[in-house]
Order: sequence, then C-alpha cells, then structure tokens
Amino acid sequence: MFQMRPLVTLIVSGALLLIIGSSIGLLAAPAERYMGDVQRIMYIHVPCAWMALLAFSYAFVSALFYLLYGGWRHDARLEAALEAGAIYSLLLCLQGALWAKPTWGVYWAWDPRLTTTAIMMFGFGGIIALRGFVREPTRRARWSAVAAIIAFVNVPLVYFSVRLWGSLHQLQSGPRSIAGPFLVPLGLNALGLVLLTSGLMGIRARAAWLRRERKMGPEAPDERRPLEPPVKESGGDA
Amino acid sequence: MRPWRAALRKELLLQWRTRAEVAAVFAFGAITLLLFSFAVGPAPQALRTYAGGFLWVGLLMASTLALAEGFHRETENQALEGLLLLSLKPHAIYYAKAVANWLQIGIVGAALLPEMIVLYDVPMPAPGRLLAVLVAGAAALAAPGTLYAAMTSQVRSRSTLLPLLLFPLVVPVLLAAVKATALAISGDIMREWSTWIGVLVMFNAIHWPLCGLLFAHVVEE
Repeated sequence: MFQMRPLVTLIVSGALLLIIGSSIGLLAAPAERYMGDVQRIMYIHVPCAWMALLAFSYAFVSALFYLLYGGWRHDARLEAALEAGAIYSLLLCLQGALWAKPTWGVYWAWDPRLTTTAIMMFGFGGIIALRGFVREPTRRARWSAVAAIIAFVNVPLVYFSVRLWGSLHQLQSGPRSIAGPFLVPLGLNALGLVLLTSGLMGIRARAAWLRRERKMGPEAPDERRPLEPPVKESGGDA
Repeated sequence: MRPWRAALRKELLLQWRTRAEVAAVFAFGAITLLLFSFAVGPAPQALRTYAGGFLWVGLLMASTLALAEGFHRETENQALEGLLLLSLKPHAIYYAKAVANWLQIGIVGAALLPEMIVLYDVPMPAPGRLLAVLVAGAAALAAPGTLYAAMTSQVRSRSTLLPLLLFPLVVPVLLAAVKATALAISGDIMREWSTWIGVLVMFNAIHWPLCGLLFAHVVEE
C-alpha cells in the first residue's frame, strides 16, 4: 500500500514539467495584448483551479467508497485529497487577488467562481478541522466521509446561487479560444501539477495510513469488512 | 403508532418541556438584531435596506445554538444509543429531530419578525411571502443542521465546530433567504422572488433526502 518509489517519480517528473512549462510561460510566450505580463499568472492559476476541483472530486469519490465498501485506504486518500483541495483553493484565492488588483482594480470581487472557491475552502477546511477534533479513527473516517459528500454535492448549489447574485469573472476559456503560444505552457503546467499533486497526495495518504496504523495496530481490520477466516497453513509444522 | 410518529412525538414533547430553552434562543436572536442596529448606527434607511440580511444572520446564529442544544441532550446520558437499541431506524430518528428543529427555528424566526419590523421600521406589503421565506429557509437550515449537530455534539469544542461546518454549507440558503426577504419587504418589481424561493426549495429537495440517507453512518456504532 502506498509505495514510495512511484510517488517520488511522480513528484520529480511533475516538478520538472512545471519548471519547463513555467519557464516557457514566463520567458518565451508572448505577453497578452490587453493585460500584458499580468496575464502570465494564468499558466499557474488555471491549472490550480483544475487541481482544486480534481482534488475535491477525488475526496468525494474516496468518501463514497469508504461509506459503501469500507477500507482504510479510502479514508487515507480522503484525508490527503481534502488537504490538497483546501490548499489549492487557498492558492486560487491568493492568485486571484494578485491578478484582480491590477486588472479589476480591487483585490476581491464578489464573482461566482471566486466566492465559490472561498466557500469551498472554508467548507472543506471545516471537515479537516472535524478530523482534527475526533480522535477515534472509525468515527473520524465515517463522519468526515459524510461531511465531504454533503459539501461536494453542495458546490454546484453554491455556484448557482452566487451566480444569480451577480457576476464579473472572465468566461472560461477552452483550447479554441486560447492561441497556441499560450496553450503550450498551460498544458505543460497542468500536466506537471497533476503529476506533482498525485505524488504528494500519495505520500500524504501514506502518512495518514501509517499514523492510523500506529494508533490501531496493523491488525486492525477494515471496518465493516467481515473478519476473514484464518487461513490454514498448508505444509507448516506437519 | 408508527415509529417515526412516536419519535416525532417524543421530540415535540421534549421541546415543549424545555420551552425555556427556545425562549433563550429567541432572546439571543433578539439581542443580535439589536446589535446589528448598533453596528450600522441610527440610520433608518440603511437599517431598512439590510433588514432581511440582519434577520437571517441573526436567525442562523440563534439556530446553531438551538441545534447544538437539541443533540447535546441526546448524547448526555447515551439516550441516542437507547433509541438505536429499540427497533427505531436511524432515519426515523433523523427526520423526527429535523422536523422538530425546523419547527423550532421557524418559531424563533417568526418571533424575530415583529422585532425586525419595529426595530428597523420595515413596511409589510407581503406578509404571506415573508412567511413562505421563513418556512422554506428554516427547513433548509434544519436539514443539514440536524446532521452536523449529531456529529459535533459528541466531540469537544462542539460550539466552534458546528458553525464551522454549517456556515459554508448554508451560504445558498442565506443568499436566497436574504434576497427573498428583501424582495418581500421592498416590493418585487423584476419578479425575482420566485427564483430565490426556487433556490430554497432546491436546497431542501437535495439536502432532506441526502442528510436522511447519511444519518445512519453518523450514529451507527
């Protein structure tokens, strides 16, 4: 479970891709016509947004799997995904504020995506706090899975209601609306961030796994999974 | 008698016997509304404009108190475990509690309405719409609130944890209820009121079944 070598490979290759992509984005790619160099934050901001959504989706799936099938690995993954998602939403808010000041003239605007990101950060941050307060591992796993499912299901509702409330953000861009020179560093960074985050989340899940194992002992059976009958050793001391 | 109805009857009886607590929760909400007017200052126009927002933020704060207390009683003497040992299904316990909480939040909200009208000098052109917002909004706070209260009542620092989990979740409720209340007060020229009520109905339609479904995982031992 959670072997180190592939994880380190993921992290190193992801970091390399990020360095290459960011160098192209900062040095080689042309400046955008209207926003100038400020636009270059897109090369990290947009992949971060994808990663935040990806991490929360992964948390949702892990939570669902944990409640349906049990299994501590899903709980470990949930813990890693929650933290990754919360960090990426915090990064998103900070990068958004940095970009918004020269572009919109203010650090913070009540735009649907910005507001939704902030609410997601607090929503999933609250679940991390819940995990911190509940000592008993089974309870912690079950409750945080329940809370993660509810928080994830709620995200579209938050987005929809904040959007009704008034909008300012840029429309999402797709490959068709972005010129080639901008697309290369964006793609490299996105791929790099996916690899880097997968590796880091794997290590984080491993840490969660080991910490729980130290507390419950390695023999602790997966919750809800019936204890397997002891396997008869064939040809042992006969 | 069906188990669900028995559970609901027990909740309502409990609430009637601890009605002093509901009164205390109302007093908390009432003083919050008073504090808001100090934050804004003696500016009748501004107070009238933001009356809906003050009402709902006050009610949200008061309802976290009510929700936390309601479940604390259950865990104090392991009463919840007793209920589960009976053949009562977890979702019967959940829906009985949620309906009782809905009623309680609704009553506190209805009691806060006159105070809002007097304190902020709010006109009352559409009382029916105001009540509809109150009923839908209280239900939307009660559904996830009951579930989260069940979790947080069993951990230390529950008074911090419940708002931390509940507030981000009920942002759509707050937005919709505040807008719908403001529209009911100031008049609905653009016919937006039904859209915001629709948001509240949607929130309820998602969270009442979802929270009822997940409740079993919260109390199961």
